[in-house]
Amino acid sequence: MNHPLSSDSWQYRELNSRNPGLDHLSNGLIRLVEAGQPVVAGSADLQYSNGLNRFAERFPNRYFGFGISEQHMVSAAAGMATTGLLPFVATFASFLGLLACEQIRMDIAYCGLPVRLVGHHTGIAMGFYGTSHHATEDIGTMRSIADLTVVSPADGPQLEAAIVASADHDGPIYFRTGRGREPDLYEVSTPFAFGKAVEHQVGEELTIIACGMPVHPAVQVARKLASRGHSIGVIDMHTIKPIDRDAILSAAERSSLLMTIEEHNILGGLGSAVAEVLTEEGIGKRLIRHGIKDTFALIAPPTHLYRHYQLDEEGIEAVVLDAIRQHGTA
Amino acid sequence: MQPTEPEIERLRERARFVRLETIRLIEIAKVGHYSSVFSAAEIFAALYYDVMRLSDDPKWPDRDRFLMGKGHAAVGLFPILADKGWLAKDVLDGYTRLGNPLGDHPDMRKVPGVDFSSGSIGHALSNGIGMALGGRMQGRDFTTFVMLGDGEMQEGQVWEAAISAAHYGLNRLVAIVDRNGYQLDGKVDDVMGIEPLDEKWRSFGWEVHVVDGHDIASLTALLRRVRADEMRNKPCCIIARTVKGKGVSYMETEPGWHLGYLAPADAERAREEILSRVI
Repeated sequence: MNHPLSSDSWQYRELNSRNPGLDHLSNGLIRLVEAGQPVVAGSADLQYSNGLNRFAERFPNRYFGFGISEQHMVSAAAGMATTGLLPFVATFASFLGLLACEQIRMDIAYCGLPVRLVGHHTGIAMGFYGTSHHATEDIGTMRSIADLTVVSPADGPQLEAAIVASADHDGPIYFRTGRGREPDLYEVSTPFAFGKAVEHQVGEELTIIACGMPVHPAVQVARKLASRGHSIGVIDMHTIKPIDRDAILSAAERSSLLMTIEEHNILGGLGSAVAEVLTEEGIGKRLIRHGIKDTFALIAPPTHLYRHYQLDEEGIEAVVLDAIRQHGTA
Repeated sequence: MQPTEPEIERLRERARFVRLETIRLIEIAKVGHYSSVFSAAEIFAALYYDVMRLSDDPKWPDRDRFLMGKGHAAVGLFPILADKGWLAKDVLDGYTRLGNPLGDHPDMRKVPGVDFSSGSIGHALSNGIGMALGGRMQGRDFTTFVMLGDGEMQEGQVWEAAISAAHYGLNRLVAIVDRNGYQLDGKVDDVMGIEPLDEKWRSFGWEVHVVDGHDIASLTALLRRVRADEMRNKPCCIIARTVKGKGVSYMETEPGWHLGYLAPADAERAREEILSRVI
């Protein structure tokens, strides 16, 4: 019984058109293949969520569906890399950086293989799908694995730029990316350098060091507060490991306060990484770690969760002003 | 495909070499997996001294691959790699000493000739599938052999891999299950039973053969046949029925030898038995 569906209805295979930011994953891979890189891609039953179906349609012989077997997919990608291929495997960050953590450690990082792991829909981007689908620990697990580079792009264009830049990068990389609905902050042509943070604003009262989704609202907040006479800096620390120590040190030098913002538990993630640098360098600056405060996130649509956890513009503005009020020297 | 009598004699001698070297190396470490190597000694010998396509270059892209799900038997592999000339003799003799690349488990970044690192049980078949996929995609006709422990059959990832190899029709992938019947805590059948193992693999879409893993003639003939088979359109699993500790009588009847140490006098008696017995 066919009946016409309204134009607002949609089904799973159309999902990737709703996650345009993740189109940049396939775009980046297609560009690498066109540049002669031996790229292959794999996914664990989520090709329409991460948009790899576009890569698969373009290069069917280079795409491998692994079914719902994330651990196997990671181990198999390692085997493929030993034959000279450059594998990219993608699935939800919770099932990559957490479920397949040990395979990443043993088969990818310990073996020093150039596999690229793309954990998408990270943080609390899966909203009401719940804790099983949230990844608020993956920076912590991934950055504690030796020889693994950890990158958290702020948007789709930066993901694509990082993927293309990874052709010249030895060793394995974990990309931690959102759900593809973040507003764009960058252009695809914006240069990307692993381990080199992007400074958006320079500030004296407080510098925000953020990664991933919160970078965009943080930039908006800094601009808005600047118009009200505040001096807020923003650094996009897209590479969490190896971290850009110089960027942290110069921010600490000119700002009274530092604040990390991440879509991740404040334990083990970016906040911890920045705190390590400050402590090691003997810098007694106050650091406020903003993010998910060691709790399992509630269930709600993602935007509602961002509001609840103060990771949207309004929330970030509030926590920044609060920090200045409580701890600022001005 | 049947090996000749001189070939059989040579392979027997190589299996004996694997057992003797294992005893010698474990004397250095003062602890090791004797019996896990002894059950697989004929498999090592048949693969490395007859069946596998190898060259002087351990990185030759067209070489056959060998992976060990039961990485704890690496002490039996290292002497072979040294014998092939890929590993210096003094490195072998420094087994497990500070800074030496040879430990209880194999490390591909440190040891030439190790095709993949292992130690975490359950990964190797997936690693081998990746190699087989990569080889096929790039038009290379090497065969990938993956030796698995029977206790390893309890790991879920093995069955993810088994599904995947059949799905992709990986006809140049051969899994060899060293069915010695024991794992650390006791008999595999008591700890977590895995039978009927042949039916499991067959139902997962694999061609299955069962062989006496110590009958070097039958084992080598089967491996030769499986490697040469151009008609098979699916992966192949060989269940090698073996005896844990084979070659040293008291180890064969005492499963506790999965991990242990033989003091010099006992090691000497074990050597004598290995040299005097024909397996």
